[in-house]
Amino acid sequence: MGSNSLHVLKGINFNVKEGELVSIMGSSGSGKSTLLNVLGMLDEADKGSYTLDNVPIKNLNEKIAANYRNKFLGFIFQSFNLINYKSALDNVALPLYYQGVNRKERVEKAMYYLDKVGLAPWSHHLPNELSGGQKQRVAIARALASDPKVLLADEPTGALDTKTSHEVMDLIQGINDDGKTILIVTHELDIANMTKRIVNLKDGVIIDDNFVEQVRASQYV
Amino acid sequence: MFSRDRWDEILEALNANKFRTLLTAFGVFWGITILVLLLALTNGLKNGVTSGFGNFATNSMFIWTQQTSKPYKGLPKGRRFNFKLDDVASLKNDFPQLKYVSPRNQLGGYSGANNVIRGTKTGAFQVNGDYPEFIKQQPMDILQGRFVSYSDINAKRKVCVIGTGVVKGMYDKDEEILGTYIKINGVNFMVIGTFKVSNSQGDKEEDANTIFVPFTTFGQAFNFADNVGWLAVTAHDETNITSLKPQIIESLKNRRKVHPEDDRAIGNFDLAEAFGRVNGLFSILSFVGYFVGALVLMSGIIGISNIMLIVVKERTKEIGVRRALGAAPWTIKSQILQESLILTILSGMVGISFAAAVIYGLNYALDMNGPVENFANPSVSMSVVFIALFILVVSGLLAGLIPANSATKMKPVDALRIE
Repeated sequence: MGSNSLHVLKGINFNVKEGELVSIMGSSGSGKSTLLNVLGMLDEADKGSYTLDNVPIKNLNEKIAANYRNKFLGFIFQSFNLINYKSALDNVALPLYYQGVNRKERVEKAMYYLDKVGLAPWSHHLPNELSGGQKQRVAIARALASDPKVLLADEPTGALDTKTSHEVMDLIQGINDDGKTILIVTHELDIANMTKRIVNLKDGVIIDDNFVEQVRASQYV
Repeated sequence: MFSRDRWDEILEALNANKFRTLLTAFGVFWGITILVLLLALTNGLKNGVTSGFGNFATNSMFIWTQQTSKPYKGLPKGRRFNFKLDDVASLKNDFPQLKYVSPRNQLGGYSGANNVIRGTKTGAFQVNGDYPEFIKQQPMDILQGRFVSYSDINAKRKVCVIGTGVVKGMYDKDEEILGTYIKINGVNFMVIGTFKVSNSQGDKEEDANTIFVPFTTFGQAFNFADNVGWLAVTAHDETNITSLKPQIIESLKNRRKVHPEDDRAIGNFDLAEAFGRVNGLFSILSFVGYFVGALVLMSGIIGISNIMLIVVKERTKEIGVRRALGAAPWTIKSQILQESLILTILSGMVGISFAAAVIYGLNYALDMNGPVENFANPSVSMSVVFIALFILVVSGLLAGLIPANSATKMKPVDALRIE
């Protein structure tokens, strides 16, 4: 992009095994979002290697990157990023559309995941007819729809109140219990404590990486 | 490529902001409407003015005699003279390029004194002495009977063909016309036909109030001998009458003992030249029509391109989300291209239909209220419409191209960051 380049990540080395629930913490500017974007192939690292499910991710052109994102990754954003003129159902079905799944199957799958996040009755509502928590649940259903290897969540609770945050975390824990690998970027300690492993970043390097005792969100709900 | 899902995606996107879509479409709609209407009106003007020539064979000229302005071969200046019938024969002989050479004579005329009597009815009509080929120079519809024939000419039969105005003035309604007699300047003529000049503007009434009699009969009955009032000369299509004109006039001067440099002795009116001038004018006019129309259309297209750019800017985030979900760049590009294409084609079609309706309305009004001077039958050819449509499609693609490219130029992470 601009002519001034900024080195955000300065040597990160870590592995995530299948089925882990990892939170990446750090103050703003620590590079946690950049790390997530590199992992999500939304951004490219200048140096280093990245292997996802034994596939080396390098020399991507946009077409291949799009294909990998579609197959391997599901994104959950802080601001939900639902397409506001599409119903909840259509939003969830969108990754499947890009996979080339036919209409009938798409609707079935999308309904299944909407049901899983408890929003089946809202399937035909537009995003602006839903509450913040509901929107994030639609976004989670969308991330799950293409059955990805890894879920990447960038401050998934950042725009939600505490109660709704806990509901969403409960959902995420449930998905992790089913065996999905999930990475969460957050700066809230109570959210991080609901994961199984906390990676702390500061100024582009990992300062500590600990497995923690998971706090179940269900006890707050 | 155009599956139902694609359509849904495109229509959804266009539906997302109806007002903007409508405004964008209006630019193209208006452009194509103006283009088609402009061409149609130019055409209408052209049709109107050319039909002002009647449907007289346009590769024609008229030649008549005036006073000489130079003495020649012992003859004084200021002399009056006439063409004779043998001039016609020699012209036909000397100029094989000529299709028709019709000598003509005329009596009476518009608002002259009464010259025709039938029973108790009288009327003032124009009486022409003509040869049979005149009907080929100035086409007219024979309503009943026939036109003058060569046997009429040779036998100098006292027969006549009368216009609809004469029928109206001299006959009662539903009266049998053919075989009856009318008296022209005291001489009885049998009516053998009636005619109507179908496509004449302006002098319609004069045309209707005309009587044709055989040229030879005319000369004998009204004491014109073999004098010729004027000549209507038509050349074959491959020869332009204008280029032949100097030679014809020179030959006539020679025969009538007129000084070769006496330009005032013989008058002429060159229909081909006048027609060519009008045609030239209209080719310029329709060029202007195309030019202005195309420019208006272009501004519509720039409008679409502009709005598509804004749309893409506004949807940067949405496009980022779509890419995060796995949309390949080409999928995004083709969606934007198709959106702009559909917008242009749809609004262009509506514009063409609207213009067609306006033209239909104009034609309908013209039909109802009778002909208007110098304006008739505004229309455009189907090929123009298809060319316009083709331009629309191409420009719709072009209009979408720049925005589509800029939509995928950004890294998805940057697109997602934009609020």
